Amino acid sequence: MTTTTTVAGTTVDLDDEGFFTDPTQWNEDMAREMAAEEGIELTDRHWTVVRFTRNEYLQKGTGATVRMLGKASGVPVKELYQLFPKAPAKTAARIAGIPKPRGCI
Amino acid sequence: MTTRIVILGGGTGGTLTANRLRRRYRPDEVEITVVDQDDQHVYQPGLLFVPFGMSDPEDIVRPRRRQLHGGITFVEAAVDHVDVGANEVHLQGAAPTLGYDVLVVASGARLVPEETEGLTGPGWMEKVFTFYSPEGAAALATALDDFDGGRLVVNVVDMPIKCPVAPLEFCFLADWYFTERGIRDRVQITYATPLESAFTKPIAAETLGSMLEAKGIELVPEFNTGEVDGAGGRLIGYDEREVPFDLAVVIPLHGGAEYVGRSPGLGDELDFVPADEHTLQSKVAPNIFVIGDAANVPASKAGSVTHFEGETLVDNIAHFLAGEPLEPTFDGHANCFIETGFHKALLIDFDYDTEPLPGRFPGPVGLPLLKDSRLNHLGKLLFQPVYWHSLLPGRDLPGLSSTMPTAGKRYAAATKED
Repeated sequence: MTTTTTVAGTTVDLDDEGFFTDPTQWNEDMAREMAAEEGIELTDRHWTVVRFTRNEYLQKGTGATVRMLGKASGVPVKELYQLFPKAPAKTAARIAGIPKPRGCI
Repeated sequence: MTTRIVILGGGTGGTLTANRLRRRYRPDEVEITVVDQDDQHVYQPGLLFVPFGMSDPEDIVRPRRRQLHGGITFVEAAVDHVDVGANEVHLQGAAPTLGYDVLVVASGARLVPEETEGLTGPGWMEKVFTFYSPEGAAALATALDDFDGGRLVVNVVDMPIKCPVAPLEFCFLADWYFTERGIRDRVQITYATPLESAFTKPIAAETLGSMLEAKGIELVPEFNTGEVDGAGGRLIGYDEREVPFDLAVVIPLHGGAEYVGRSPGLGDELDFVPADEHTLQSKVAPNIFVIGDAANVPASKAGSVTHFEGETLVDNIAHFLAGEPLEPTFDGHANCFIETGFHKALLIDFDYDTEPLPGRFPGPVGLPLLKDSRLNHLGKLLFQPVYWHSLLPGRDLPGLSSTMPTAGKRYAAATKED
């Protein structure tokens, strides 16, 4: 189910878990606003992760899982949980304006 | 000139691919070589039963070379690396380099317990076990035998894992096992998973979640194991939550084969090989194909998936060799019996687009889906001879198509989730 909502003054489409359904609608102001809603102020370390997972999505069609982030983003898993408490891969994907990373089945 | 096909891995995928190819091509047309580092073919679904004394480790292992038809060369050697540009497989030791026209990566998934802090430290194989290896399953059988009560924790560290339903089956069988021993009231069983619920797919997750509850098994969802403290008897999550245990059964992280990581350009960050999810051609080179757990495709890492992939894979290798376009025929079909204890099992059947639904399989008068029954348990037990005698030889199983059947499924159940 997609709902239309306003983020950082612009209309965007989000799914029922708050993930972008159309990543081209996203911009960095929206990232800051969505992060703030989760109680996160984006630092350079956050941006490293957000850009990494967005880039993964653009290249491979799915955002990174926590393990992939830990291995390849340059931010270790422990720190990922400090930056994005509870669910780093999902929270980073939401902020990065991409669909929910395809979990493994 | 003879075409050379090299298959890396002599497990489910490699064996059925080799046998299917051998039937399709004459030996003077195509030379088939299977490489594996050992000669032990493990019937992996059998590992689940070993800890409960329902299966002997030696009964589920057979020689790999004996499962291969005549006219297939078996090389027992570890792969050092694949040179993708040169179309060569370099082996360790004295074995000569193998050139190939088509390469099939069928080397499965590997357990990497050492990637989790503390998991292989104090307590490993004493009160922290896994049943995902023959040695682990056998050691756990002894430990369960000696267990007289306390906290048993079953933990999945992170996905992907082989056979994602096996940890749940372990919980159900443990419930049955301790009931039979008359000490179920002294054992607390907990299932700690990184998933949001008991399973990945919503309708099945609801059914399996209610079964855990009905059997008095505690579910700890969204638990991401950061550290295992074997001496102190606790799992510590990255969010600092703790789950105490007296006996832990941990499903370690999985990765692809080590040689994949040593082969530039072949694998992803976890050493799985990215492949087209419908044709099974790798995204690395057009003459490299991938089957089974070794593949990075959005399907379960399970024997049934590997079996269903076989037909598509071999057809597409033939198309590739004939210079024809490949066919995107693999639909992600998976079919799993889930042991629920007390001589019963549940059956799920799904593909990339359809989640496990209730109904009957494969048609309206078949086995019950998403519902436990004695018939499904018999189905699971009967599967072992079918595996050795029909699936590995690469025969199509009667009544079981590679694509997911829709006839007996109740689709109405899915719509309420949308």
